[in-house]
Amino acid sequence: MNLQTSIEGDETLQLDIYRRMMLIFKTDAKFRSLITSGELQIIYYPPRGQEMVAAATMAALRPDDYLVTIYRGLHDHLAKGVPSRELWAEFAGKATGTCKGKGGPMHITHPESGVMVTTGIVGSGLPIANGLGLASQLSGDGRVTVCSFGDGATNIGAFHEALNMASVWKLPVVFLCQNNLYGEHTAYEVSTGAKEIIDRAAAYGMRGVQVNGNDGFAMYAAAKEAVDRARAGEGPTLLEAKTFRFLGHVLGDTSHYIPKEEMAAAKERDPVPNYRKRLLELQISSATLDAIDADVAAEVEDAAAFALSSPYPDPEENEKDILALEIAA
Amino acid sequence: MSATAEKITFGQAFNLAMDEALATDPRVILLGEDIADDQGGGVWKATAGLSAKHGTHRVRSTPIAEQAIVGAAVGAAIAGYRPVAEIMLMNFITVAMDQIVNHAAKLRFMSGGQTGVPLTIRTASGAGRGFGGQHSDMLEAWFAHVPGLKVVTGSTPAEAKGLLLSCIEADDPCIFIENTATYRLQGEAPPPGFRIPLGKANVVREGSDVTVVGYGRPIADALVVASKLAAEGISIEIVDLRTIAPFDLPTVLTSVAKTKRAVIIHEAARDFGVGAEVSSRIHEELFSELLSPCVRAGSSFCPVPFSPVLEQSYLISADDIEAAIRTSLNGGKRK
Repeated sequence: MNLQTSIEGDETLQLDIYRRMMLIFKTDAKFRSLITSGELQIIYYPPRGQEMVAAATMAALRPDDYLVTIYRGLHDHLAKGVPSRELWAEFAGKATGTCKGKGGPMHITHPESGVMVTTGIVGSGLPIANGLGLASQLSGDGRVTVCSFGDGATNIGAFHEALNMASVWKLPVVFLCQNNLYGEHTAYEVSTGAKEIIDRAAAYGMRGVQVNGNDGFAMYAAAKEAVDRARAGEGPTLLEAKTFRFLGHVLGDTSHYIPKEEMAAAKERDPVPNYRKRLLELQISSATLDAIDADVAAEVEDAAAFALSSPYPDPEENEKDILALEIAA
Repeated sequence: MSATAEKITFGQAFNLAMDEALATDPRVILLGEDIADDQGGGVWKATAGLSAKHGTHRVRSTPIAEQAIVGAAVGAAIAGYRPVAEIMLMNFITVAMDQIVNHAAKLRFMSGGQTGVPLTIRTASGAGRGFGGQHSDMLEAWFAHVPGLKVVTGSTPAEAKGLLLSCIEADDPCIFIENTATYRLQGEAPPPGFRIPLGKANVVREGSDVTVVGYGRPIADALVVASKLAAEGISIEIVDLRTIAPFDLPTVLTSVAKTKRAVIIHEAARDFGVGAEVSSRIHEELFSELLSPCVRAGSSFCPVPFSPVLEQSYLISADDIEAAIRTSLNGGKRK
């Protein structure tokens, strides 16, 4: 097992995370552009600002590790390795999508890359992540399940039930709270009694770790340690990644409820330019990073074109996949 | 099955089905409150002895946390296991509705067929035991209304065992309903390996004047009523749906096309119940052939009351079934 928890000095890993981050950044920009221009008419929850939480965490996983995430999950999906073309096509509701257009942006599933559930119900992924972890614990397949959710989800009952069960059964699950400080339009302190999300971990006898989710180096180290511990049978971690949401709850939301100074300060901590700056300081050449940017941009353009030109599903799909085997008349 | 065959109770039937499933399929695991032997083998004893035999890693007592129980079962199911979750009482399932309705039922469809959920939820309920309003409801209509779920119940111990095994082996999420009032009622034991296919109704009694369609506990009452009416020269056919959803419409239509009268019965409250759907389907397919409109009988449309007098008045009875049959014979008019 690779127990390295630092990306210091590991240029390959640093660039791997950079690529994942830029893929998210450019994919998000392209989605917003196509939605704004009217070429794509979908509901869209922008991940802008949270790129690094996903990029660094998923880099710490094996390809066959499981992920359960939520409707604001584009960054998680891409970082976990869902192919861009199929992901784009699913967002666009096309037959070539990961789920044949039947799930949509809020329900991306792609078991080949470990994405088992994407849910639109706040908090509901946590109990399911336990089941994936239980399966790994029983079968000994060595997989770890990462369950991604927002700070708002820590206030719903499912969070409590799931963390307690995970702790009692020492399940190989990392509960990744992407704390962007707002649940829909409501600020953290207006909705949440705990001073910090990780304060809740103690209530379950669970390890709690808080990390700056915008710092790729710190985020990777914290995620890798939690994943390694889970894989080694040392139980679950509540991993709180502090981050921010730059474009509101849903595309079109002006974030009017966020004080201007707070937003400006958050943008100073924008993970995308800051990570690039850090890599340049580490003597990685701008040409190397530009080449990744160009490669990623080409991937995004190709995927968007693929999605837009793909056919819609046949209406008969509504009669399929309801039950495994339709009962013969 | 001969009259001298070995007898088993409903509770034993559930236990035997799970024991057999655990023994033959390593993917089968059981989750539920108090279900392991150290915690008593379940409040209904349906899992008694199973953790001792198959291990507490596979027969797992859980916290009192229905969302977590069903959620864990959903997750394990999409990862290739065949979990059987016990929700002690059907009213407690309300706590887990998100997991059942938004996830177990829909993940196959929403994933375009990539992730099926081969999950069985066993849950018990039933009026007549003085458990009051939150331990007695029959809520099968809620689940029958959700695409992606199968809803199943047996009217004899043998049928219950065969149906439960089929649920555990099915690739779909199944809600398997047990009746607390008949848990210790005996019936003939089925032969080893006995299975009942899901989606197939059973004509438990043949007749020519009125078809009674039902499932679960009232089937036994309907059989008593049918014997009584036979003495008057009234011939009753009884169809036990066994799988409530999706239900076996062809068998129902074949029967009603013959008798030209239908009465639908269930323990759940009549209003907005499964009987409404069955009745509508019969009317849509056979309206011009019917001699009278479909008649429904169910329990009263009130919360299940506590006082024994109130509870017996609430619960569908043999008299209610007989009255419904007579209404059907009277052209749909209640006397």
